[in-house]
Amino acid sequence: MTPKRKKRLVLVLFVVFGAAIAVGLALFALNQNISLFFSPKQIMNGEAPVETRIRAGGMVVEGSVKRADNSLKTEFAITDYAEQVTVVFEGILPDLFREGQGIVAQGSLDKQGVFQAVEVLAKHDEKYMPPEVADALEKSGVSKTNEQSESSKDASTGAYQ
Amino acid sequence: MIPEIGEYSLILALVLSVFLAFIPMVGAARGDVFLMSFARPLAKSLFLFLLISMICLGYAFATDDFSVRYVAGNSNSALPIYFKLSAIWGGHEGSLLLWVFILSGWIFAVAVKSDGLPMDMMARVLSVLGMVGVGFISFTLITSSPFERLLLNTPAEGADLNPLLQDIGLIIHPPLLYMGYVGFSVAFAFAIAALLSGKLDVAWSRWTRPWTNVSWAFLTIGITLGSWWAYYELGWGGWWFWDPVENASFMPWLMGTALVHSLAVTEKRGLFKSWTLLLAIFTFSLSLLGTFLVRSGVLTSVHSFAADPERGLYILVLLAITVGGSLLLYAIKAYDVKSESDFDLCSRETLLLVNNVLLVIMCSMVLIGTLYPLVVDAMDAGKISVGPPYFNALFVPFSLILVFFMGIGILLRWKKSSPQRMFKQLLPSLVLAVICGIAAAYIFNNEMAFKATLALVLSFWVIFSLLTDAYSKVSNKKDKLSSLSKLPKSYWAMQIAHLGVVVSLVGVALVATYSEERDIRMVPGDTVTLGDYKFEFKGAKALVGPNYKGDVGTIVVYKNQQFFAEMHPEKRLYLARGSMMTEADINAGVFADIFVALGEPLNDGAWAVRLQYKPFMRWVWFGGVLMMIAGLLTAFDRRYRIKKTLKTTFA
Repeated sequence: MTPKRKKRLVLVLFVVFGAAIAVGLALFALNQNISLFFSPKQIMNGEAPVETRIRAGGMVVEGSVKRADNSLKTEFAITDYAEQVTVVFEGILPDLFREGQGIVAQGSLDKQGVFQAVEVLAKHDEKYMPPEVADALEKSGVSKTNEQSESSKDASTGAYQ
Repeated sequence: MIPEIGEYSLILALVLSVFLAFIPMVGAARGDVFLMSFARPLAKSLFLFLLISMICLGYAFATDDFSVRYVAGNSNSALPIYFKLSAIWGGHEGSLLLWVFILSGWIFAVAVKSDGLPMDMMARVLSVLGMVGVGFISFTLITSSPFERLLLNTPAEGADLNPLLQDIGLIIHPPLLYMGYVGFSVAFAFAIAALLSGKLDVAWSRWTRPWTNVSWAFLTIGITLGSWWAYYELGWGGWWFWDPVENASFMPWLMGTALVHSLAVTEKRGLFKSWTLLLAIFTFSLSLLGTFLVRSGVLTSVHSFAADPERGLYILVLLAITVGGSLLLYAIKAYDVKSESDFDLCSRETLLLVNNVLLVIMCSMVLIGTLYPLVVDAMDAGKISVGPPYFNALFVPFSLILVFFMGIGILLRWKKSSPQRMFKQLLPSLVLAVICGIAAAYIFNNEMAFKATLALVLSFWVIFSLLTDAYSKVSNKKDKLSSLSKLPKSYWAMQIAHLGVVVSLVGVALVATYSEERDIRMVPGDTVTLGDYKFEFKGAKALVGPNYKGDVGTIVVYKNQQFFAEMHPEKRLYLARGSMMTEADINAGVFADIFVALGEPLNDGAWAVRLQYKPFMRWVWFGGVLMMIAGLLTAFDRRYRIKKTLKTTFA
């Protein structure tokens, strides 16, 4: 091998080696840091892992929001109109958080089945529904657009009250 | 009538761009000067008609013409005039018009500034830009014309501009960002022209470099402004979220940074030629990918994209044609473009190669993290999100490694450096950097978090390298100061850009490590202490604005028992859309920001309040400003103008 080729080989090996390490690291980090989304129905069916970072989402149940008197602790329930899950959060809720609004919470399920949220997301557009929530609603037989679903939505919220 | 003129101009612009894409290209292939000479007039008139189109849309906004669907959806007669005009790019259709308008602006600039270019090169470059124009102007016209009318039931009032976007940040952020994004199309066009002609010489890199550096400068400042805007306008004091929309502009920036460095090697040493071409192709492809991610709706939901695929599919096809076509051309022609010389392992070339490899790796990490959830979702394998921990875990170590090598690369000579000399120069600065870095970290906060300390050490490391290098440039001269001032502008640009990286690094490290934050319930009279600062909540009262109402709070801040500032965060309800907005109040300082925001009203006059202390926050963006200045400065370097002066002396 000429010295020139040898040098080139060293460079190529260096690049390939670096890229391999990088991809390995990326996949490892990716596996550690993704969080899966679960609907209230899946959580109640016991499909969601306990004490693992996940996301949960649904519509905030009307009349379920309870605030503590002397701290920022808030408790509310989210629903996909099939099941509902209690969420506990301490902190400032987003501007668009209100009853009947679709939200996504990041956090983990504790052993009692209460969702301990570290972050609550409601996007900055009142027409916008978090895609996961829309999807979950669709799966539980409620679609967000047509009239029929509006009535079934009323029926289901009615059932909770 | 006026909106129709806008639409016709857009159609005319499409026709012109089709001509531009074909006529000069055919001319260049046949060596036909007559056909090639069409390039410049076509380019200039393309710009003219898109300008008319922009003015027409601006006119529709200024006169509250709600019969135009886009105006009705994004404006309101109560908006101040400057927001009405910036609402042009407040939505999808107008953003695209701005995109093609800026593209035509770059085409115009190339046409005007291409005096020194050989005829066939100029024709090819403008032609390739014309092709990009065909793609995007037709996209705008077919799928998302901003001039569509609502003649049958014209609304009396517009739906208003999203309150988040009613801000100075939105007025300037998108145009600057697009200037950068779209500007890389020029580097791309030069790369394709080089591949077509098989010619890539020093002259080529001298033409390409200023264009690339200027686009890079615009993208840098665009991203910086975006971060600043998110910080004060989204209300909660975060300045980088690793959100897909941010990543969409950050990926071309990372690749573009690699391109800027690789172009330097190509110009100075005639090396890395095919690699430079590849980077130019990748950078522009990532710009297109960014446009696809932001404009197709694919981020909201892969499924909503699949249900209404027209827009997304169009860009996806454009992306596929660009990437596929240019890589195919590269595969066929890159072999013709050979590098001319060789270099030692211990040389600046090697270090710049390391820079390129690291930047490409970092870019790939961001790409994987951004696309992975989309791919998983598209395969119906579940809904996942990749959060900031992933990006931080990978990005932070790689950027620290990059900065470490930056300190070495600055000092090495082209072609061949002696390793002994390198160690002799680097050892003292390494020792000094470790001492200064640890001392600075200790003085700032005696906790001395590992990452922050390491970042400070590396910052000093780069600064000492910059100083050593500047000194070595003049060490054998008599009058050191005056010969320092005679160094070329591009050298100073290099110094300033790397200083900018250091400034941003210091900012990011300190603000990420030592920020303090409290979300707390406060009744009037309550006080909270955060570090050296004491916050007293005085209560909130009602507030009425031009198109909103709300509450304004009063918080008095004391520093070390002394009065420091009175702050007034607001909570606004925008009436047209009924949307709530948090307007934080920020006391900005060189060494720390104090940030207060109102959450929601609670019972008994109490409010949820967010208080934040963010040390060195401004440095993050100030570094970006320095990098932009550096990028612009290189374009004014003397050697890029020589061609022209030579010509005028001969004429």
